[in-house]
Amino acid sequence: MLDDTKSNKVLVEVRDLKMHFPIHAGVLRKRVGEVKAVDGISFDIYEGETLGLVGESGCGKSTAGRAILRLYDITEGTIRIDGVEIGHTPQPDLRKMRPTMQMVFQDPQASLNPRMSVAAIIGEPLDEHARLSKAEKREKVLSLMDAVGLNRDFANRYPHEFSGGQRQRIGIARALALNPKFIVCDEPIAALDVSIQAQVVNLLEDLQEEFGLTYLFISHDLSMVRHIADRVAVMYLGRVVELASRETLFADPKHPYTQALLSAVPEPDPWLEEKVERILLQGDVPSPSNPPKGCNFCTRCPQVMDICREIDPLGQEIAPGHQVTCHLYQTT
Amino acid sequence: MSDATVTTTVKPKAPRNQWWDVWDQFKTHKGAMAGLIFFVFIVLAVYLGPFLWKIDPTYIDFRARNQGPSLAHPFGADQLGRDILARMLAGGQVSISVGLTAMILSLVLGTFVGVLAGYWKRLDGMLMRLTDLFLALPLLPLLMVIIMLFRDPLRKMFGLEAGIFILIVFVIGITSWMQTARIVRGDVLALKEREYVLAARSIGTPSRRVVLRHILPNIMSPIMVSATLGIANAIITESALSFLGLGFPPDYPTWGRLLFDAKDMIQQYPERVIWPGLAISLTVLAVNYIGDGLRDALDPRIRGR
Repeated sequence: MLDDTKSNKVLVEVRDLKMHFPIHAGVLRKRVGEVKAVDGISFDIYEGETLGLVGESGCGKSTAGRAILRLYDITEGTIRIDGVEIGHTPQPDLRKMRPTMQMVFQDPQASLNPRMSVAAIIGEPLDEHARLSKAEKREKVLSLMDAVGLNRDFANRYPHEFSGGQRQRIGIARALALNPKFIVCDEPIAALDVSIQAQVVNLLEDLQEEFGLTYLFISHDLSMVRHIADRVAVMYLGRVVELASRETLFADPKHPYTQALLSAVPEPDPWLEEKVERILLQGDVPSPSNPPKGCNFCTRCPQVMDICREIDPLGQEIAPGHQVTCHLYQTT
Repeated sequence: MSDATVTTTVKPKAPRNQWWDVWDQFKTHKGAMAGLIFFVFIVLAVYLGPFLWKIDPTYIDFRARNQGPSLAHPFGADQLGRDILARMLAGGQVSISVGLTAMILSLVLGTFVGVLAGYWKRLDGMLMRLTDLFLALPLLPLLMVIIMLFRDPLRKMFGLEAGIFILIVFVIGITSWMQTARIVRGDVLALKEREYVLAARSIGTPSRRVVLRHILPNIMSPIMVSATLGIANAIITESALSFLGLGFPPDYPTWGRLLFDAKDMIQQYPERVIWPGLAISLTVLAVNYIGDGLRDALDPRIRGR
């Protein structure tokens, strides 16, 4: 939408997605409450774009990513991927949809089965969804390894023999095996060295161009999101507080939380660093099992008003493509 | 880079069968190799030995009573004049087959229950209470009741020896799977939260294949340990049953039976206890080492180190 190459077709449409995990306690394991990890988020992802999803630890980013792929049974809401509603489809029926949507995981060490060779790991999606002969499968696996920049000779090696960056490449190759349209990248670079992070992110960008992929890029690294994302959604305590194009969000953040988040980005220049005014938030993030009344951010917001403690703000479009959930910008 | 040109021009090698890697690693484990050689030797001896050593283990030669080792009876003869070597060979056949079969039965049962309980939360409570129930059962009275009830029907159905064999294996199998089940369940509970299981689910792998492909290979180590300990346990339980008169008939030699027959005269003829005792311990030790080596060889992280 912002770029000429990006189409206007919505590939992923998330509406009011809620993912609550029950808390059981007591002798009878009665349900005493729930962790509202994701509490009503809505956004669209256009075909061919990258939507960055940022927020601090525990705000529900990863849960949102997994819930969108229906790795959890969601509490409420609708998810449409490529025109198909999958919000409440039972797991066995989802199997047919799986090739469209794939995931790259955070920890490349943990997301690869240590007992399977690289060829077996990359070939697993093919075993599940494609009917290929042994030779065809092998050829496909090798071409995927080429695509992510792994040496073909490594096909029979095991994950522990690789470095972190190479393991992440294996994970990416596995996600690519079924020619997906949509990939959720769940902090794919968080466990890597800075030098390797750049390689992996550039690889993701190259693959996006080559295969026309759409990413949901989950990260807490703002500079990396600024580099890769077309649009950015900021999450706080299970809600999306601000959603805008990359340029708008980084140049003109509206929500007090986004402002605080962006002001925390380190400044490499020591002269400028002294002049940077940081917005320091007071207190801790409230527990997602017991969010505050009204706006979720009202306990820490520097610009809090009376209304914030009473009424939950609704998402509002204050400029085309710029959505903010805050009473400061509420026009009605 | 020269590397790149080489890899593009040279056709990639056909994948080597992974079992060769396993075998290569197994060979480096000296204890396991010694164990394997000894175990193969014992198995060959007890199954092929009777073709070379043709004395009938039940043949009674009163003139040879309580004889020490001689050329005619290398291990000596017992209080009825039966050749001990022949009885050892015949007894080994029974003990090893009972040990292996009962171990496999208890392992399959234990792994099955453990995986079901660990992976499917709905079955967990029920299956684990069942396991607790079996653990809490008083074993000997139970064995007695089972054998009293089923000995005769099984004998009629499969013949004397086969009937008893099936009964013993079954009894040992269903009373020794609980440890395995508990260990397996614990490991499955931990493994199913790993990211690669989540990755498999995001690919759309159905649960049964997640279990077969990702869970089972990764719980190999505890299963192997259970298996090797299970053989020892089965051989010893079988001898205890024979001792109580619940197992094979008294004239039917097994290692455990030989041990118990000889223990009354341990002062005069200690070698009669030593031979079957040594055979049981060495077999168990050999199997333990094989299990150890196999566990290491099956783990790609250890392989090639």
